Amino acid sequence: MAEVTSSEAALRRFLHGLPGVDQVGAEQRAAGLGTRSIKTTAKAFAIDLAISMVDLTTLEGNDTPGKVKALSAKAMRPDPEDPGCPATAAVCVYPDMAGVAKKALKGSDVHVAAVATAFPSGRAARDIKLADTTDAVEAGADEIDMVIDRGAFLSGRYLEVFEEIVAVREACRGAHLKVIFETGELQTYDNVRRASWLAMLAGAHFIKTSTGKVQPAATLPATLVMLEAVRDFREATGQMVGVKPAGGIRHSKDAIKYLVMVNEIAGEDWLDPDWFRFGASTLLNDLLMQRKKITTGAYSGPDYVTLD
Amino acid sequence: MAKKVSTGSANGSAFDYAPAPESRSIVDIRPSYGLFIDGEFVDGHGKPFKTISPSTEEVLAEIAEADASDVDLAVKAARRAYTRVWSRMSGAERGKYLFRIARIISERAREFAVLESIDNGKPIKETRDVDVPTVAAHFFYYAGWADKLEHAGYGPDPQPLGVAGQVIPWNFPLLMLAWKIAPALACGNTVVLKPAETTPLTALLFAEVCQQADLPPGVVNIVTGAGETGRAIVSHPDVNKVAFTGSTEVGRAIAKSVAGTDKRVTLELGGKAANIVYDDAPVDQAVEGIVNGIFFNQGHVCCAGSRLLVQESIAEEVLAKLKRRMKTLRVGDPLDKNTDIGAINSAEQLAKIRELSDIGEAEGAERWAPKCDLPSAGFWFPPTIFTGVTQAHRIAREEIFGPVLSVLTFRTPKEAVEKANNTPFGLSAGIWTDKGSLILWTASQLRAGVVWSNTFNRFDPASPFGGYKESGYGREGGRHGLEAYLR
Repeated sequence: MAEVTSSEAALRRFLHGLPGVDQVGAEQRAAGLGTRSIKTTAKAFAIDLAISMVDLTTLEGNDTPGKVKALSAKAMRPDPEDPGCPATAAVCVYPDMAGVAKKALKGSDVHVAAVATAFPSGRAARDIKLADTTDAVEAGADEIDMVIDRGAFLSGRYLEVFEEIVAVREACRGAHLKVIFETGELQTYDNVRRASWLAMLAGAHFIKTSTGKVQPAATLPATLVMLEAVRDFREATGQMVGVKPAGGIRHSKDAIKYLVMVNEIAGEDWLDPDWFRFGASTLLNDLLMQRKKITTGAYSGPDYVTLD
Repeated sequence: MAKKVSTGSANGSAFDYAPAPESRSIVDIRPSYGLFIDGEFVDGHGKPFKTISPSTEEVLAEIAEADASDVDLAVKAARRAYTRVWSRMSGAERGKYLFRIARIISERAREFAVLESIDNGKPIKETRDVDVPTVAAHFFYYAGWADKLEHAGYGPDPQPLGVAGQVIPWNFPLLMLAWKIAPALACGNTVVLKPAETTPLTALLFAEVCQQADLPPGVVNIVTGAGETGRAIVSHPDVNKVAFTGSTEVGRAIAKSVAGTDKRVTLELGGKAANIVYDDAPVDQAVEGIVNGIFFNQGHVCCAGSRLLVQESIAEEVLAKLKRRMKTLRVGDPLDKNTDIGAINSAEQLAKIRELSDIGEAEGAERWAPKCDLPSAGFWFPPTIFTGVTQAHRIAREEIFGPVLSVLTFRTPKEAVEKANNTPFGLSAGIWTDKGSLILWTASQLRAGVVWSNTFNRFDPASPFGGYKESGYGREGGRHGLEAYLR
């Protein structure tokens, strides 16, 4: 598919030639999948799977090494009382905290993900974005969560967005690249579909809905459109790309709706932390409380799950 | 990588949804039911029959059969109620009863949903999210018209017709009852209604709702039975209006039997709707619309999109996506909240679907259905598509009334319209394209009562519904639906 990115015009023609998304229909489908009733054994399976897919995140101005170490400990052993509880997939931090997280997670399978490229706005010169990426990779990040230049995208400069993703991927030097669209700013599902293809063509390992800093963050219909995109991309190229909704997913019930959608839209191959992630913080504790409810038969309170 | 979760799977899928059955305990099915005449349940004089659950073949209850004398009693009760009470009551008062009925149905929604699913075989997901809410909405809608009839556009002082004889089918038992009873009552008529013999239970529960609402005796009468009972209603000399929903064959017989009388008639009959997918359609949503169009309610839908007309240039892509989507359809226990496709309503209907499908194969069309385990008891048919179908195939012309889709292709919009209209029916149609002008042009060319664009099988009480040609005449729903019950 190299020819579609050979020029601005060719890329635009390709992206605008993708089938449209009917907003009403897409939202109806997402809502319909949300009515699936996931109970007993299926629920237990989904909750453990969801825990293993969490990118446990802290992206605050007041993050400190202490906070990141605590979060890392939690990621490795979300439920200290139950060694059977899976670890989360990754800890997600700003680049300056990547080194702290790397050290804290040493010896575990939990990855370090760092947001880079002038996250969350992406409003900086390209060399600064690339330096930001390099800095995170050198500090030990296994995964880089970059933001696309929404300004360039919305003004139709698709090739510029494409080239930037390609350049960041190079700067990743082997680290996995997640590309954040900020779907709340792109607004239309047609844009979400175009951004998905654009990022996949540029070599993204994951496509991600949002930074969590803009409302609305992840939504079921936007994720639906992205899951359709990765499914169709594999059909067209044989390559699998992961999907990560992030921001606003706080309850187990919501997480399960996403997993149902992954299962029925992209297919069960994506039901794996290698191919689907949740960017979340408070979600983990709700998953843990639900998990405890299933194993003990009773709800525990917030005092029985650890603080982040 | 992060720690993997071990996956236990029964059918090869990692994420195997555990059974999520809706409880039956909310419904109380009596061992036998009488006829609802003049506000009371009374014995019938015909030979009682049994209603079964199509998903298990379990006998649910014994139902009285109304013979001609019972129908006569029902019509007399309706006439009495019409003359003495209902036609004299102000519209505002009639509206209060209808609002009350609508509220009671909303309050007892889960009971109705479970009972409908058990008796009909349709998934609880549909009765819960479509049938019953739409029923309540229909009563709410027509309740609002009851005191505004002089503004409906049918003259300054429109009058009711009298006694309406109404015969409804088994595919949407309670919803068709609502479509018939709500406008009739709002306009000041009284009714004698016969539900289908395979699905009488929700109509009989509705009779209880009439009692609960203190509806004056005789305003609604429900008589159960099969074709003979229906004939007795239609041919009763004191019935002023006949409303029928069902097969074109029976509709034709009704039209003949009332010819030469002063009875008013509305008929809502069969269909063979074209669902037209143009090459610039939103493909993923179109696939949903195709699935919803033909597999909703096991395809037991008169307005089902049973002919897919897809532009040749995208046919391959659409079919590949459709097949993949069909593999995720869950066929099975109607009361399981995750079931997408339930049981076929009767052995008779199953035989008809099988016969026409076999004919499709014999005529050279290619049959495809996803692998699915069907329960051993009950009546089941997998979601099925036929490709390579042409206008000359019987499965492209005759109503199958089951989960069977015939796929045809076209080259140009003109050809699409010609093929869509090349049918004796004309109930509904669907159009899928991102181009607004093409939607408008296509809709203006289609001879079908309902045209959906970029959606399918959407119903609203405010929107009129009805057919062209052999799909019947008259309109139900909306302001137009009042016309059938006023003079």
